[in-house]
Amino acid sequence: MTPPIIETRGLSRTFKSKAGPVEAVKDLTMEVHEGELVAFLGPNGAGKSTSLRMLTTLLTPTSGEATVAGCDIRRDATGVRQRIGYVGQGNGGGHYHRVRDELVNQGRAYGQDGTLAKQRADALLEVFELTEQAGRNVMTLSGGQKRRMDVALGLMHQPPLLFLDEPSTGLDPQSRANLWEHIQRLRHDTGMTIVLTTHYLEEADSMAERVMVVDHGRLIADGTSEGLKEQLAGDLITITARTAAEAGLAATAGQGITGAHDVTVEGVTVRLRVDRGPVVLPEYLRALDAQGLPAQAAEVRRPTLDDVFLALTGRSLREGAPTAESAESSGPSAPVEVEVA
Amino acid sequence: MSAMTAARDTRVVLWRELLPTLHEPWGLFFTMIQPVIFLSLFGPLIADVPTVPGEDSVWQWFVPGILVMLVLFSTSMTGFGMLMEMQTGSHERLMVTPMSRSAQIVGRSLSQVAPLFAQAVIIVLVMIPFGFNLYPIGALAGLVLLCLLGVGLGALSFALALVVRGQDWIFWTVQQTVVFPLTVLSGVFLPVEGGPGWMQAAAKVNPVTHIVEAERLLFSGEFGDTAVLIGSLAALGFAALGLWIGTSVIRKAAD
Repeated sequence: MTPPIIETRGLSRTFKSKAGPVEAVKDLTMEVHEGELVAFLGPNGAGKSTSLRMLTTLLTPTSGEATVAGCDIRRDATGVRQRIGYVGQGNGGGHYHRVRDELVNQGRAYGQDGTLAKQRADALLEVFELTEQAGRNVMTLSGGQKRRMDVALGLMHQPPLLFLDEPSTGLDPQSRANLWEHIQRLRHDTGMTIVLTTHYLEEADSMAERVMVVDHGRLIADGTSEGLKEQLAGDLITITARTAAEAGLAATAGQGITGAHDVTVEGVTVRLRVDRGPVVLPEYLRALDAQGLPAQAAEVRRPTLDDVFLALTGRSLREGAPTAESAESSGPSAPVEVEVA
Repeated sequence: MSAMTAARDTRVVLWRELLPTLHEPWGLFFTMIQPVIFLSLFGPLIADVPTVPGEDSVWQWFVPGILVMLVLFSTSMTGFGMLMEMQTGSHERLMVTPMSRSAQIVGRSLSQVAPLFAQAVIIVLVMIPFGFNLYPIGALAGLVLLCLLGVGLGALSFALALVVRGQDWIFWTVQQTVVFPLTVLSGVFLPVEGGPGWMQAAAKVNPVTHIVEAERLLFSGEFGDTAVLIGSLAALGFAALGLWIGTSVIRKAAD
């Protein structure tokens, strides 16, 4: 394993509020290794941004320690700032400034001389397809263009570690995909470490190699997306029986499957979670046939990170989906359907 | 933090602040509209007010005051630009760079100088055909004083922007509440000598009054008066106090 580029021990931040102290981040202890792409995933207010703001020296921790890119965030904030790139939630370019000017200013802020800053700016404008907009005021850019510019700003000094706070929030799906294409290519070319926050499940699922699930200021799960799903959620098997009575019997049969859990019956529908759904389903269907309880429809759905979050917290991450049922029915994953005659 | 890096960072911030103006210099003319309106509408009105001094031309008395007003209005508002940058995210972006925090206030404050200088020069040149007498060395000294006041007020305006944390209505309320009394009580429009006793007392403790007095003397080519010294000290005081408050605020503004 590569050496750690971020190490935190008991990192915490408490804010004062009228209702009393609010613990935005509690006891964050973790490591990120060189070259990793890690996503902090959690609902709004979970403490993702606060964690990032502490690691980027924008916020002093209430307690705990952290080393970022070899520098202590308290004792050597300037050292941290020199070695990291940061793309905040807002837009980094000044509205009344020209795009290329701001990139050059950014390079100058990191100690580059004018020639180098201009070279870097032009190269990044090219990479992020902003060459045409170079002379325009930042204000006139589209949302997607502004966000690409933000990432370009964060890369002017070629940092080995890049923080992205909600990089794709507010972008339309096309701009989001486009932004990710750029980030992926960049990572492929430079091997840089990327730490991002997101509340988009799909984004954490498809882009990050490692997901840190955060809720109420605590890190509640940490692993690869696949690993978390297998350990914490399992595949969801759904069976439709002919009658409610048969559904009850089918559920009892389901409980007999090794590793099956969360077996529920709702009308004629039976749901259960298992470890290896695609393998278990045919066995289950044959068992039901043998007992004279033929299923009318069957489906295996691979778990999503939302299922992981649901298993951990009892709540769904999806906006407007506070309950388990609506979260499941609105899931975007492609179910594996098996039609039974 | 070595002095060299601090100077370098200040230069980077200063240059960044000046770029939009350099690209669109005519923007400066719009901020000049207000003083020009005051000059053209107020000047003729006060020409016959008995308490207004100035035997040969009212402009000799009025123009220096209006220049101070220009500085008060434009630099006290400059923090709003930073406030906008706090709201959009570019301020945060700059705070994550290794540039020194103080440089971000000093650079921004110094950036007030160039546009102010240009505007003041234009106003003075425009007023010459109307009977304003130019004493070049005195005028130059007067401009330096104006710039010192501008740097100090600019720094205070940035400090205010940082303190109100993005709430623009508080920013404007404080700015207006401070700037209008400072302006009127400095005797820019009318001599405070004509006002009631409390007003004269308030004017005496208003540092801007002394700067206005010094400006009037300097623009008439008079260096010898102690009022020039007092006004210069007041302007220097503004710059020093403003920069000190501004840099202390931004160093604590991390959380």
